[in-house]
Amino acid sequence: MNVSQLAGLLGLRVFGGETGLGNEINGGYTSDLLSDVMGHANAGCVWVTLQTHKNVLAIASLKELAAVVIVKGYQPEPDMLEQSSIEGIPVLGTSEEAFEITGKIYQLLNG
Amino acid sequence: MTAETIHIEFQVEGGNFSRAGYPSSEVKKRLKQLNVDGSVIKRTVVALYEAEVNIVAHAYRGLISVDIDEHKILIRLTDEGPGIPDIKKAMEIGYSTATPEVREMGFGAGMGLSNMNSNADRLEITSKVGQGTTVEIVNFFHK
Repeated sequence: MNVSQLAGLLGLRVFGGETGLGNEINGGYTSDLLSDVMGHANAGCVWVTLQTHKNVLAIASLKELAAVVIVKGYQPEPDMLEQSSIEGIPVLGTSEEAFEITGKIYQLLNG
Repeated sequence: MTAETIHIEFQVEGGNFSRAGYPSSEVKKRLKQLNVDGSVIKRTVVALYEAEVNIVAHAYRGLISVDIDEHKILIRLTDEGPGIPDIKKAMEIGYSTATPEVREMGFGAGMGLSNMNSNADRLEITSKVGQGTTVEIVNFFHK
């Protein structure tokens, strides 16, 4: 499944990084601690978080993650969006909480 | 032997998170160009990123010096800062002296040094309280 398909199926808002909508997703990681993601997320994961700053994209890029999903209706900060376009890593959004959206993503990937 | 060696340096400004990750990203590009094994690149950028963020979060300024030869990458991060009084304690997972602002960003969870430790073939930390800290990371391309 790619990022565009995931966004469509779950009604996720695409904030930016559209050039990466074709990125293949092979798993997910849910965490708000950056070093936790740095240490344990795998390439191709979609990262579910409530963090909305630019450093999220630095980590997503270094770890070659497929996309970032911001939860609870939070908005990405402008420099996060800018970095999303530069890196080609989509930043998506949902009004749901991390628990709910993680469960849905898990079901789609493992169902 | 005429093997190419590469030397790169980066300045790091304490407190400025907006540029954090740039050195790791540049090093990643160079290692990819050199066809270094992907798993070595992944480990190196994790160790370097964590070390850089520690300078940004704790020190006043620092210098990252990177030397790449055909066998290994050697990264030396030197900072002017408060230093680490108890390195053994600092290595413990969950131990952190980060400010609440830094923690709110999701940094400072006490996992950085442990990430560095598990992603470096050699990790050496020396520190003088009130002066600064030097971190040396070595990763080998072939084991």
